[in-house]
Amino acid sequence: MTLLHIIILAPFILAILVPFLYKTFRNIHTGWFVLPLPILSFTYLLQFISNVSGRQPVTATVPWIPALDIHFTVYVDGLGLLFALLITGIGALVVLYSIYYLSKKTEALNNFYVYLLMFMGAMLGVVLSDNLMVLYVFWELTSLASALLIAYWFHREKSLYGALKSTLITVSGGFAMLAGFILLYVITGTFSIRELIGQADVVAEHTLFLPAMLLILVGAFTKSAQFPFHIWLPDAMEAPTPVSAYLHSATMVKAGIYLVARLTPVFAGGAEWFWLVSGFGIVTLFWGSFSAVKQTDLKSILAFSTVSQLGLIMCLLGLGSAAMYYGYGDESLIYTKAVLAAMFHLINHATFKGCLFMVVGIVDHETGTRDIRKLGGLMTLMPITFTLAVIGGFSMAGLPPFNGFLSKEMFFTGVLLATKLDIFNAETWGYLFPVLGWIASVFTFVYCMILVFKTFTGKYQPEKLDKKPHEAPMGMLVPPIILASLVVVFGFFPNILSYTILEPTMASILPALVGPNEHFIVHITFWHGFSTELFMTMGVVGLGTLLFVGLNRWTGVYGLFPQRLALNHLYDQSHIGLERFSSRVTRLHMTGFIRDYLAYIFAFFIVILLSALVLLNAFNLEFVHSAPISFYELILSVVMVIAACAIPLAKTRLMAIIAAGVVGYTLALFFVIFRAPDLALTQLIVETVSVTLFLLSFYHLPELKQEMSKVRFKLTNLLIALGVGLTVTLIAFSAHSTRYFESISQYFLEASYKEAGGKNVVNVILVDFRGFDTLLEILVLGIASLGIFALIKLRKPRGNES
Amino acid sequence: MRFNDVILQTVTKAVAFIILTFSIYIFFAGHHDPGGGFIGGLMTASALVLLYIAFDMDTMNKAIPLDFKMVTAVGLLTAVLTGVGSFFFGVPFLSHTFGYFDLPVLGETELATAVLFDIGVYLTVVGVTMTIILTIGEDEG
Repeated sequence: MTLLHIIILAPFILAILVPFLYKTFRNIHTGWFVLPLPILSFTYLLQFISNVSGRQPVTATVPWIPALDIHFTVYVDGLGLLFALLITGIGALVVLYSIYYLSKKTEALNNFYVYLLMFMGAMLGVVLSDNLMVLYVFWELTSLASALLIAYWFHREKSLYGALKSTLITVSGGFAMLAGFILLYVITGTFSIRELIGQADVVAEHTLFLPAMLLILVGAFTKSAQFPFHIWLPDAMEAPTPVSAYLHSATMVKAGIYLVARLTPVFAGGAEWFWLVSGFGIVTLFWGSFSAVKQTDLKSILAFSTVSQLGLIMCLLGLGSAAMYYGYGDESLIYTKAVLAAMFHLINHATFKGCLFMVVGIVDHETGTRDIRKLGGLMTLMPITFTLAVIGGFSMAGLPPFNGFLSKEMFFTGVLLATKLDIFNAETWGYLFPVLGWIASVFTFVYCMILVFKTFTGKYQPEKLDKKPHEAPMGMLVPPIILASLVVVFGFFPNILSYTILEPTMASILPALVGPNEHFIVHITFWHGFSTELFMTMGVVGLGTLLFVGLNRWTGVYGLFPQRLALNHLYDQSHIGLERFSSRVTRLHMTGFIRDYLAYIFAFFIVILLSALVLLNAFNLEFVHSAPISFYELILSVVMVIAACAIPLAKTRLMAIIAAGVVGYTLALFFVIFRAPDLALTQLIVETVSVTLFLLSFYHLPELKQEMSKVRFKLTNLLIALGVGLTVTLIAFSAHSTRYFESISQYFLEASYKEAGGKNVVNVILVDFRGFDTLLEILVLGIASLGIFALIKLRKPRGNES
Repeated sequence: MRFNDVILQTVTKAVAFIILTFSIYIFFAGHHDPGGGFIGGLMTASALVLLYIAFDMDTMNKAIPLDFKMVTAVGLLTAVLTGVGSFFFGVPFLSHTFGYFDLPVLGETELATAVLFDIGVYLTVVGVTMTIILTIGEDEG
């Protein structure tokens, strides 16, 4: 356990404390207790810059489940550090912002910060884990935390809808990814990412290469909202604005990009990876920016903008993977520029998009609306917010002198390179990249202008606003001001990042292309001559301005697109269809009679088990090793049979319960005879508790009715009962007579006192040898009890059931 | 439901006390003799159920103001944290250790970290059993 592990676990530990802090210090905003954590983590992580830029990645391992090759290994290299710094840095600003955004009087702050911290820890875990399984655990935890945050205002229908949608899409993507990870394990026999990279050539030649890659890409694409999975992100905007700024623009959605970048050394170099990553990226870029223009809600514009920018980064990573094809040499160095552009844009996007989300949050907070049709003319009322919007918006549009301009130019360089490729059929299809990229940039320019000018200039319409707008409090302005200054600083001095962050990151994405003591040349210049890229930008500004001015004349094209074909429509329809189908199936078998349910279960049991075992000829009946039956055992068996037969014949419920109890207690006696005191004890207590429970339940029920007490001879019931009895008996006999292996009981008998210091083998197995099983068992018990509680306590009152 | 059975109530008070004591004994005996978290927890729960049956719900809620869902949560947390605790010694999740210590009154006693884990199991079992039984018992529908 090192400090690095603590950095990941600290948010979880603090999350446990948050509810207590919230209750104890009602007068202090809970956010103030949370704020120091990301700041401290950020400053601590900064020291690793010297390590990674000197090619000295740091690792620390704690074994977790060594038997399954699962270790909690923290690995800090350029890529991981870049993300970790983003998570903690933006995290600190978001927490500060949320202190002013969420009122301590009306909001459930304890919930909010628990979810946020859970998310922060999970995200750090994703980017700093070297083990794929650990990464997966944290990955799903980010989905869970995100869903909880989206549904934070859970009384709103739309919040729940958004949370469900994002969970369905990202978690099913996660499952696909898990399958991909397991395939990778099958190929290489390791879960460690570093070892995987070392075995990249083994992976590339394996038949499972393509399935593993596709499954993992599904995970990455769903998480990073790539087309056509992007539909969850706009609905995720129901979350509070600090959450949108943090999860849905700066960190969580970039997890997919992280994964693609992280596994580039394993998969890149082939045509499939190149085309899939860059193709999905460019389509997402185009579609996101096109859809953003028609939105009227400020946050929706930003949501689609995030979708499109993520596509841009993904596309660049795909194009950069061409460098792996060329291998070590001068030719590949040109294509590494695409990777550089991707990483630089990633940082820039986090700064300007974070700033813009906060600006939108301020507008929403101070005016009560985010609808651009109601807003306008806020420039004079909110001068600081306006300035921030201009910086963020112009940077996103790719205008000088902001950092977005630089990365946009580098993006153009990247897509232009695609036309020069002579591999993977890029010579023909490659022209799509600059064309689509350029059109997307025009739309990007248009929606940025809408965002800035429709909100802050034009006619001021106070009658449409819920509140009288005024400038936001200082605390709310500080975080976006910091981000906006970073936008400007990175714009003027882009090279402060070059060798500290960007170059080490490139080295971890493309490790094969740089020697141990070599460095990529990273030099970002503001002015790079009258190049094609510059003319493309001029074209973007020119056409973009025309489109923005004549907005009303051409937005009709959005109406041409049939709503029935929209992906959202498809999602909703399939969702509704699935619900209808499942409720029809449920109605078919959920009759409300427990006897029917038991009949289904047992019939299934007999059919599957008995038929499978008979077909496989698995029964092996030998009575050679059977012990003789003693007198006591005989008596007990007879008692048990009589008691069991008495149950269906009983005249009253009480009799039936007692008869069932007799069966159970006799079984306990059997355990005594066979010298299993633990089992006997448990059986006795369970029997006592369940008999009491039965009595408790039946106390409320009416007496057995006369016509019911006549035992109707039901052939099916008899057959099912006999079938179950037969199956279990046969399995028991055949299990007894089949011995393929030496029993492990001898090992437990010998080891339990030596290794665990306990003479009771059963207990030692439960807590020492198989403690993990026990842990999960009690977890299941806990969930079951909550389930029963929810079913009984939280159901609708009678007569209200739909 | 409301009983007013003096004999049942008087006997229950004594019997429940005996069962509770025995359940705690059996819990600690668990490592060497039959017993442990599961059985101890079940036994405690059965003593509590007996009390709930003998007395009515309101009286019991006043006597034992415990939210048993919380007991489950605390139990699970204890079990998980004992597992996590082994990380601080650089050993895999849920590794246990034991030793012999000379304690006052008890003399030489074996202390095992497994007991901490078992406490988690015990609390969870008590919490789960009581949650289920009370939820069904309180149900009016």
